[in-house]
Amino acid sequence: MTRIPRWADVALIPAINLVLAFFVSGLVVISIGEDPVEAMAIMLRGSIGSAYGWGYTLYYATNFIFTGLAVAVAFHARLFNIGGEGQAALGGVGVALVCLNWPWTSWPLALAAAIAGGALFGAAWAAIPAWLQARRGSHIVITTIMFNFIASALLVYLLVNVMKVPGSMSPETARFPAGAHLPSGAEMLGWFGIAFPKSAPVNFAFVVALAASVLVWLLIWRTRLGYEIRAFGHSEPAAVYAGISPVRIIMVTMLISGALAGLMAINSVMGEAERLVLDSVQGAGFVGIAVALMGRSHPLGVFLASILFGMLYQGGAELEFEMPSVSREMIVIIQALVILFTGALDNMIRMPTERIFLWLRKERS
Amino acid sequence: MSETSEEGRQETAAPAIELRGISKAFGPVQANRDIHLRVERGTIHGIVGENGAGKSTLMSILYGFYRADAGEILIDGKPTAITDSQAAIRAGIGMVFQHFKLVENFTVLENVVLGAEEGALLRPSLAKARKLLAELADEYEMAVDPDAIVETLSVGHQQRVEILKALYRKAEILILDEPTGVLTPAEADHLFRILRSLRDEGKTIILITHKLREIMDVTDAVSVMRRGEIVATRKTAETSPEELAELMVGRKVLLRVEKGTALPGRRVLEVEDLRVAADNGVDAVRGISMSLRAGEIVGIAGVAGNGQSELLEALAGIRPARGTVRLDGKALPLEGRGANGRARRHIGVGHVPEDRQRRGLIMDFLAWENMIFGYHRDRAWKRWPGLMDNPRIRAHTLEAMERFDVRPRDPSLQARNFSGGNQQKIVLAREIDRNPEVLLVGQPTRGVDIGAIEFIHQRLIQLRDEGKAILLVSVELEEIMSLSDRILVMFDGRIMGERDPAATDERELGLLMAGVTHEEVAP
Repeated sequence: MTRIPRWADVALIPAINLVLAFFVSGLVVISIGEDPVEAMAIMLRGSIGSAYGWGYTLYYATNFIFTGLAVAVAFHARLFNIGGEGQAALGGVGVALVCLNWPWTSWPLALAAAIAGGALFGAAWAAIPAWLQARRGSHIVITTIMFNFIASALLVYLLVNVMKVPGSMSPETARFPAGAHLPSGAEMLGWFGIAFPKSAPVNFAFVVALAASVLVWLLIWRTRLGYEIRAFGHSEPAAVYAGISPVRIIMVTMLISGALAGLMAINSVMGEAERLVLDSVQGAGFVGIAVALMGRSHPLGVFLASILFGMLYQGGAELEFEMPSVSREMIVIIQALVILFTGALDNMIRMPTERIFLWLRKERS
Repeated sequence: MSETSEEGRQETAAPAIELRGISKAFGPVQANRDIHLRVERGTIHGIVGENGAGKSTLMSILYGFYRADAGEILIDGKPTAITDSQAAIRAGIGMVFQHFKLVENFTVLENVVLGAEEGALLRPSLAKARKLLAELADEYEMAVDPDAIVETLSVGHQQRVEILKALYRKAEILILDEPTGVLTPAEADHLFRILRSLRDEGKTIILITHKLREIMDVTDAVSVMRRGEIVATRKTAETSPEELAELMVGRKVLLRVEKGTALPGRRVLEVEDLRVAADNGVDAVRGISMSLRAGEIVGIAGVAGNGQSELLEALAGIRPARGTVRLDGKALPLEGRGANGRARRHIGVGHVPEDRQRRGLIMDFLAWENMIFGYHRDRAWKRWPGLMDNPRIRAHTLEAMERFDVRPRDPSLQARNFSGGNQQKIVLAREIDRNPEVLLVGQPTRGVDIGAIEFIHQRLIQLRDEGKAILLVSVELEEIMSLSDRILVMFDGRIMGERDPAATDERELGLLMAGVTHEEVAP
């Protein structure tokens, strides 16, 4: 039998991790002489206490859903894709090229083309490390992390030398045409007659992220490819026995993973900035790893963890604003603690919890 | 087990090693059961037994890798707690593993000193080791260039480095685990010369092997292990390979299998001069030719590690091979794209792999996911638009579980939650249901309970009677004898001979398995 009930696995352990992370964060806040309860209240109010807060929280969450799904898909094949950052950056280039090079008049068409562009560029950026892993055995963790640096250098080159508006001082592309404008949160809710702050950055990409979550769930648990990906991830010798080609699975999985990371640009580049700027990813590629770990590589878990990290990002910004003694770095520490406890230190809580459940079971029988 | 009176005269001197009542269980598997063993000082003591008889577990306990559940270890008559390998080294025990534990890009000298450095500076230890190595080289014919990088040495020399390592640590007792498995005959002879001179110097040597000839050649005494117990200890001079083979295999009554005579039909599978490399790149199958007819079971007997696994995997398409394999007269691709598990299944070659937990099943997958493993791309399981028809697969699994009596009958249980026998039934159901022309079966009853063994044997016979060709690889001689219509004995990558199960006995097969040819056995 499995060692712990499923509800404990998906809900209890992440909850304990989270409480611990906030407890330690609280100690950090106390150490600078502020009230941790008050800080917590500000974060909650700032992130989900208003429609405006939700608008930002969901915007950040959308980024994390895409990068989290990217990491989760690769995890199922036991591949650790650290390269979400670079793949998302390249996805931005793809989206920008699509948006800038055609005179779009209808946003659904522009969106479809931008999805193709972002996915293609993200996948292409993942393809090289994937090939090196599949054919040459170069470890994918090393290569994807290297490709993050190459991507950031490439982006600087492209924005400074190739895609910049002539005569402009800032390394960014021209604004996308109005026909490529994605409906904002306010516009979408306006269709249903609901009022929503216009300045909140959440946009139609959130819906795309939800659709991507459902599609990833279908892929992993309902298709033959997903079956093969999971089989390979569990046991390579068994996969070979079944006639599943490791090379093919590594390539296909990493292409899908890279494409998902690239799709993040739909939200940040097309939906929000409406132009490609330097550093449009802002660490979301790395947060995706934490999100996938915390969500146990399940799309629903990734979704929930993304909302949580969206809250942390937005609530953290509010906290920084309202408590001047809390610096930007302090917020990063709190976010890092959550990542540390939910991602890296998962086993610290898991093992004692399993032991408690075993002991309870023994007591009962 | 038997401190017989004839050993009484030696009881004055304390034995180098004495084990009293050693037992060790891994979960439900009793790997060692109440082991009593005396190894006299200055002797070479052989331990023989089939794979899984518990030899390695026993030696791991002696070397501190495992703690025994019960019993005590006496070294030179003193009870000694061997908690880890450091304690074993302190007690004067050295071990030469089957797979060497050397740092390949270090020199011989560095390897010898590694872990036994005296002080923070290397130089004094290296100088000391260099001197000792020179002495040992003279004394025991163990010349090795101390400055050679280990990976450039031959296997035989690497093994010598292992022995030197143990001697540098002042080992008085040397344990060698299947030391000749990787050696050429000449290297093996040299090793035995070294062992004899070590013994003459008063060292005690335990030699673990399954090759009876080595036991007869080099040991002074021998203990036979079977199913976790020591079934006999003999003086080598007072025993014979025949007796040891009999003890090793056991005289237990065959599990009677209801079986009519075979009616072999056409040749389905033909193999010519097949050569297959093992994972280390060395040929494990070295030129095998054989054929398999419809409606017969051909059993391949042999001690594990003599190329049977590689043969099976090559025929199943999951290990590249050279030579010719024809199925119904058509040559099969043995390398490259066409050689994969799926392609073989497609043309009617089913495969029950030797290691069901590593290959045959995904232990974390549910029973129904495992029931189509390898056949998951079949049209029958597909639903628009390319999704898997999970409800249908579950229904099929439930039905197959009933026919093959898999318990518990729950398609949504993880494979790891079934017993070994029921896991094997899942694999068997999956492979037999596809109605293959050829079924490759490896170790069908390893780790399987008695009840399931009977069931699995009946299904194989039934499949034979339906006119299918079955190739059975097993290290269980009883199983080979009771199921096969023809027996091929493999040793060292070759077929030593073919026997009719009705006209042979375990003794003869046991000798063939140990590499002794018929002529040598004949009286």
